[in-house]
Amino acid sequence: MRQAYIYDAVRTPRGRGNAKGSLHEVTAISLATQVLQALRDRNALDTSLIDDVILGCVAPIGEQGANIARVAALNAGLAQTVAGVQMNRFCASGLEAVNTAAAKVVFGEADAAIGGGVESMSRVKMGSDGGAWSADPDVAFTTGFAPQGVGADAIATLAGFSRTDVDAFAAESQKRAAAAWAADRFKTSIVPVKHAGVTVLDHDEFIRPETTVETLSALKPSFAGLGAAGFDSVMRQRYPEIEAIDHVHHAGNSSGIVDGASGVLIGTREMGEKMGLKPRARIVGSASIGSEPTIMLTGPVAVTQKALARAGMSIGDIDLFELNEAFASVVMYFMQQLKVSHDRMNVNGGAIAMGHPLGATGGMILGALLDELERTDKATGLATLCVGAGMGTATIIERV
Amino acid sequence: MNNFTVSVDADGVATFLFDVPGRTMNTFTDSAVADIDAIIAKIRDDASIKGAILASGKANGFCAGADLGELGETAGGQAEGPAREAALPATSRMSRALRALETVGKPVAAAIEGIALGGGFEFTLAAHYRVASTKAKVGLPEVTIGLLPGAGGTQRVPRLAGVPAALDLMLTGAPVDAEKAKVIGIVDEVVEPGQALAAAKAWIMNGGEGVQPWDRKGYAMPDGPYSDAGSAGFILTPAKIMAKSYGNYPAQKNIARCVYEGFNLPMDSALRVEARLFLDTQQSPQARAMIRSLFLSKRALAKGGARPKDVPTYTIKKAAVLGAGMMGAGIAYAQARVGIDTVLIDVAQAGADKGKGYSETLVAKAVAKDAMSQAAADELVGRITATTDYDAIKGADLVVEAVFEDRALKADVTKRAEAQIGPDAVFASNTSTLPITGLSEAAERPANFIGIHFFSPVDRMELVEIIVGKATSQETLAKALDYCKQLKKVPIVVNDSRGFFTSRVFDTYIREGLEMLIEGIAPAIIDNVGRMTGMPRGPLELLDDVAIDLVDRVAGQRRIDLNLPAPVAGDTDKFLIDMVGQERWGRKNGKGVYDYPQGEPKRLWAGLAEMYPVKISQSSPELVEHLKQRLLYRQAVEAARCMDENVVTAARDADVGAILGWGFAPWTGGPISLIDSVGVAEFTAACEALAAQYGERFAPPALLKTMAEMGERFYPAPKPLAA
Repeated sequence: MRQAYIYDAVRTPRGRGNAKGSLHEVTAISLATQVLQALRDRNALDTSLIDDVILGCVAPIGEQGANIARVAALNAGLAQTVAGVQMNRFCASGLEAVNTAAAKVVFGEADAAIGGGVESMSRVKMGSDGGAWSADPDVAFTTGFAPQGVGADAIATLAGFSRTDVDAFAAESQKRAAAAWAADRFKTSIVPVKHAGVTVLDHDEFIRPETTVETLSALKPSFAGLGAAGFDSVMRQRYPEIEAIDHVHHAGNSSGIVDGASGVLIGTREMGEKMGLKPRARIVGSASIGSEPTIMLTGPVAVTQKALARAGMSIGDIDLFELNEAFASVVMYFMQQLKVSHDRMNVNGGAIAMGHPLGATGGMILGALLDELERTDKATGLATLCVGAGMGTATIIERV
Repeated sequence: MNNFTVSVDADGVATFLFDVPGRTMNTFTDSAVADIDAIIAKIRDDASIKGAILASGKANGFCAGADLGELGETAGGQAEGPAREAALPATSRMSRALRALETVGKPVAAAIEGIALGGGFEFTLAAHYRVASTKAKVGLPEVTIGLLPGAGGTQRVPRLAGVPAALDLMLTGAPVDAEKAKVIGIVDEVVEPGQALAAAKAWIMNGGEGVQPWDRKGYAMPDGPYSDAGSAGFILTPAKIMAKSYGNYPAQKNIARCVYEGFNLPMDSALRVEARLFLDTQQSPQARAMIRSLFLSKRALAKGGARPKDVPTYTIKKAAVLGAGMMGAGIAYAQARVGIDTVLIDVAQAGADKGKGYSETLVAKAVAKDAMSQAAADELVGRITATTDYDAIKGADLVVEAVFEDRALKADVTKRAEAQIGPDAVFASNTSTLPITGLSEAAERPANFIGIHFFSPVDRMELVEIIVGKATSQETLAKALDYCKQLKKVPIVVNDSRGFFTSRVFDTYIREGLEMLIEGIAPAIIDNVGRMTGMPRGPLELLDDVAIDLVDRVAGQRRIDLNLPAPVAGDTDKFLIDMVGQERWGRKNGKGVYDYPQGEPKRLWAGLAEMYPVKISQSSPELVEHLKQRLLYRQAVEAARCMDENVVTAARDADVGAILGWGFAPWTGGPISLIDSVGVAEFTAACEALAAQYGERFAPPALLKTMAEMGERFYPAPKPLAA
């Protein structure tokens, strides 16, 4: 049977996703272009051997519209024969792109493909692509739409996580990310972003290493207002065991809004040999699943169980986990449900500290997982993300 | 034209006066809708007509809306497929007629004096200019009876007023006065009463154009669902509706759908969207149930529908209230408000004065809000005499006692009052718990003795429960109903029984919640599910509001009266005793099922879990449905028992009494309507299954079993839609 291998994984640093962010003056297509060029140049690729570029992007409108993957491939100067497709599985788009690239390789549609993603949240506002899910009353009633922050707060309420618990988790993420940068642990995959030949960002600029539970305690809950406007009631109608939602999440324990792009080079073993590259890891398996959409963010648990079952593995077989820190409660709930200790989870920090550039994140956390497996000489890892509208996507890798 | 008269003046302005023959108020019957075609033909074909005015020939208003008798007959038929499609041309007839009217090619103005509601207001929305007098009230109240504005209202109002104001108007159903209507943009000009016709004509003479804004080139609605300015409002709307309606009201959802799906469509397409959603709504069981109970039955009862006919009308000029507590004070106000001279009696002058003070406070608030003049306020308060002196009762046409629920005390005040009043005067008890027949034994004239059970707060609660005792005469019943009509209350008539109808059935809701608590279901689930059934509150929080010690006292009295054994662990009565024993009386002392911390939302009392450990802490959609069914069916089967036992003799009294009395889920149309909607046989079978699982309290009475066997229903089945 054909197997899919990871040959390289790169990402841009993450810039603050607002007008003051370093990457705000760089276009989304430029971020994607630089990632593709880095994969080519680092590996001295003959890009005519690449069949497809698959990029996740969650707000594919405006400058991110019109199939940014194909246009980035052309803009990067890849061979004309390299096709491109943009995909949207909300926050897991980047990982879904990798999984799809791997699937194409295993199926035999492609011998080599690039998966990854791009999101300039400072330039294309989150949610600006609209969607019937939240605005169409028929759909919103049927699906029980509630904003995901209210879902994250509901998870904390149901699981019994206090404000201090989630703040402690967030402070730890900051501490880990700062320590990882101080030890230069991301050096393998970081591609500094340039503009007109000048480097504009070479590090994750969102991190606040000085963060403590005390500093976080001053922040106001972000979702209490939306809850009071009606969404708390929507949530309680789905989870009537909730007497009152404790709105524990805020800007400091939720993922940061940032800009960035990622790319992962996937191929068969034969194609690797042809390209003169050594495989870094094998993709053992992947999965996606739908979960209850109102609370929205419990999918990682279900999808991890699904992916493990399909791979004939158990939770104990995984050395390291990366679960996107969309909200503190999402990761804490996963650790509580699957009995995974924090020392195997997001060991170099996560999106609470470094940010979550929606469509790009999946490729970033998969790369971070691989780098850390190599650094600590461990074998297996699982990357997963919670996904809008109640989904989860996961990928299991094994070093070769 | 059968419902309009037309005249064309020398300036070529045609005035169409809406004047339905034989009715005091205009409504849009099928016949009136058919006349719109004739109006259009006249405007279009008569070359001498330059423009037209739509106005009313009735003194009391423009039009109250669609004829709900006609709409109600086919409502709730749940027609689907070809039957629904075939009916659409007929059910959208008025919508299409109004579209033809607004595109007739000549200017049309509407002159609104008095009320223009529902279809009546939609008629004016098809005009190119609306003039309203300061006495006018306009609105789209369809949602309150489970419908949506189906003659263009959901499309024209958002285009005139913007989406937020349109949704507010249509989702609350509350009418607005002329000034507010002008501010939000649904009326163009406000004039003094009597001037609307002249102003409408002036608009035509000054060159008013017969083209709607949405029919002009380049028209676009602003702030759409995917615009920066509009998106937040669109996203919040479903949540706001869900938070209030718990998904029980298709009309609310479909109003939001009409606005969203019709947004920025060309008017002809937009009206087709509305027409389909109107029919979808009208065919829902909720529409049938709500039109029936909240409009037709309520109106019939308010008119004294069950009044014995051969008794001459009784007018109460003077009435006395015994006991100036909260209820007595409220009754005194209700009487004084409608011009009845009122004597308010208490054992101490200070108590009587305090009771009168309640009216003083209410009128002061009304004056402060400009809802009442100072003179009217003074006059109202002046009608109340607060005293301790029973001699002041002399000449009263009716006496209501509202003293403590103590038989001896009630017997004493009955005797003292009866000594002062004439042989034709009515003596009423406002008891909510003690059987009337027993109380009437203390009376000299038991035939004149009746129960008139008001609800708190009296000034806001429309319902009155009239209790006929064994000795109560038909004449006394007629007089009591006349009194209610004078007070502008909605009376239901019940026969004497413990708890009568309302208290008896309401109690089952709280008790079923307590049964669940005792079973170990998490209290948050119980109260959330209670709200989800459409009840105004969960059963446990409601118990706190009513007061646990009060419910315990009534239960204790019942055990004494019926010689019942002492409650044991697992009985709901035992729960009440245990709570009272711990001084947990409810909201009134800040300690009940909930704690009530100062300035913070109430929270469930932690000690509850020690009394009844939680066994089911997680819900599932299946559990929620099951608990909803228990909470609603428990009340419905008790209501059916009341009919079986002849406590209530008409389904409409049960339904209206339940909704107005304790807020029984209005979407159902009341407990008996609920049984009809479910199907008597299906409901009976479900109750038998619940009885097997939970006990005799769910056992269906003989009436239901017989009806199920015979295939009978309480109300007529929906008529099929006409193709």
